[in-house]
Amino acid sequence: MRLPKFEYLGPKTVQEACSLLAQHGDKAKVMAGGTDVLNVMKERKIRPEYLIGLRAISDLSYIKADADGIKIGALTTLTDLANSAVVKEKFPCLAEVPMKMATVQIRNMGTIGGNLCNAAPSADTAPILICLGAKAKIAGPKGERVVALEDFFTGPGKTVLGKGELLVEIQVPNQPAKTAGAYLKMSRVSVDLAIVGVGVVVTREGDSCKDIKITLGAVAPTPIRAKKAEAVVKGKKIDDALLEEAGKIASQEAKPIDDVRGSAFYRTEIVKVYTKRAIKQAMEQAK
Amino acid sequence: MKRLIHLKVNGEPYEVAIHPYRTLAEVLREELDLIGTKEACKQGDCGSCTVIMDGKTVTSCLTLAVEAEGREIRTIEGEAKNGKLSPVQQAFVDHGAIQCGYCTPGMVMSATALLEQNPKPTEHDVRMGIAGNICRCTGYTKIVEAILALAEGGKK
Ligand SMILES: Cc1cc2nc3c(=O)[nH]c(=O)nc-3n(C[C@H](O)[C@H](O)[C@H](O)COP(=O)(O)OP(=O)(O)OC[C@H]3O[C@@H](n4cnc5c(N)ncnc54)[C@H](O)[C@@H]3O)c2cc1C
Ligand code: FES
Ligand code: FES
Repeated sequence: MRLPKFEYLGPKTVQEACSLLAQHGDKAKVMAGGTDVLNVMKERKIRPEYLIGLRAISDLSYIKADADGIKIGALTTLTDLANSAVVKEKFPCLAEVPMKMATVQIRNMGTIGGNLCNAAPSADTAPILICLGAKAKIAGPKGERVVALEDFFTGPGKTVLGKGELLVEIQVPNQPAKTAGAYLKMSRVSVDLAIVGVGVVVTREGDSCKDIKITLGAVAPTPIRAKKAEAVVKGKKIDDALLEEAGKIASQEAKPIDDVRGSAFYRTEIVKVYTKRAIKQAMEQAK
Repeated sequence: MKRLIHLKVNGEPYEVAIHPYRTLAEVLREELDLIGTKEACKQGDCGSCTVIMDGKTVTSCLTLAVEAEGREIRTIEGEAKNGKLSPVQQAFVDHGAIQCGYCTPGMVMSATALLEQNPKPTEHDVRMGIAGNICRCTGYTKIVEAILALAEGGKK
């Protein structure tokens, strides 16, 4: 399908982009890599009069390490995230995520900011980032603000971004010693969107799990924390019975729907199994 | 409103007046007559429209031509030099990695970029590298064999 008609605007700075967005309001749409937004435009689900391309804002593509952790520019591509030496070193569980997504071409084009702002319940970068306690830095007409990524999503395709606001940076804090994570994605083939995604980050102490965060993707209107399942595991020695219990509780916290990719029943069963496996895998990594 | 843009394709400069809602695939095929690049799904799934931009593969059906301005674009037309097929093209011919040929331009671009970034890929690397290119005909085996033959130092 061809694209509907629009005017293209290519701001050079974040401020310019925010003021164009504020000025054109609902008539404008932002585009990063375009892998989501151009498809929904081709399908005529949206018909913006103005497309604001962020590509010319060169200072939004970076990965920087500092004393607090790492900062990832919103325009960083999924390929650059996967290849980043600092991400591989500090957060291997995050570096592994893009390789479970899409195709080489789409990873070369698609950005981390686009994946998050698109706010698909199945967005693959979200679960592990939420488990790592990542924050989203937002720029807008009134200046900058920072929100926990966990509070960023408000519904399918919806975020806390207000009028004229852009996501500019994702901040991932350093983790305590003996902390590691795992993201397990169930899909027909890896190119496909997740039927279920389970992200887990654990802090290990001997054979016990000192701290844990579990985030489920594609089983609710937004990615969700499975806090009851976390409580089951936290501070305990990990054994098979406990993992079984954690999986069961997590599957009760999931609120999946039936769709073309899978039934609610199937998703619930997969959450049970994948939560168990992800905790096991993260505990292994955290040794 | 149409705008005048400058594209560099296979080393050649082009100047074309286009609407901003035209994709790179459309402009290559319909304005520049470079019809080697194919389109099928037009939504980023099949890879038949794959071109190399600044050294990395992209699906030209999801790339705006206005955003390709000033970047180095490579299409299948530029791969054979002086009437001689590129090593990847020759390997596809030698291994029978082509049936109807519709996926071939995109497949060759993906294989070329893969080998440029990773000259000694494993079979797994090759399969991951072409995961974004769908072939209805060959069952992939011969394509993978063709690429792996080059990975092992060009033996046929
Ligand atoms: C074949 C194919 C396979 C895919 N597979 C996967 C997959 O396995 N997993 C997965 O999670 N996704 C997948 N996707 C979806 C998509 O590629 C990713 O979500 C990608 O990361 C989107 O990034 P983008 O830069 O292309 O976003 P865009 O399409 O440019 O933008 C997406 C949305 O975010 C908004 N936006 C973008 N950047 C900003 C910003 N900085 N501030 C405010 N708003 C912004 C846009 O307005 C738009 O609404 C796939 C897509 C295709 C075509
Ligand atoms: S036509 Fe572009 S990916 Fe299928
Ligand atoms: S050879 Fe026919 S689609 Fe690949």
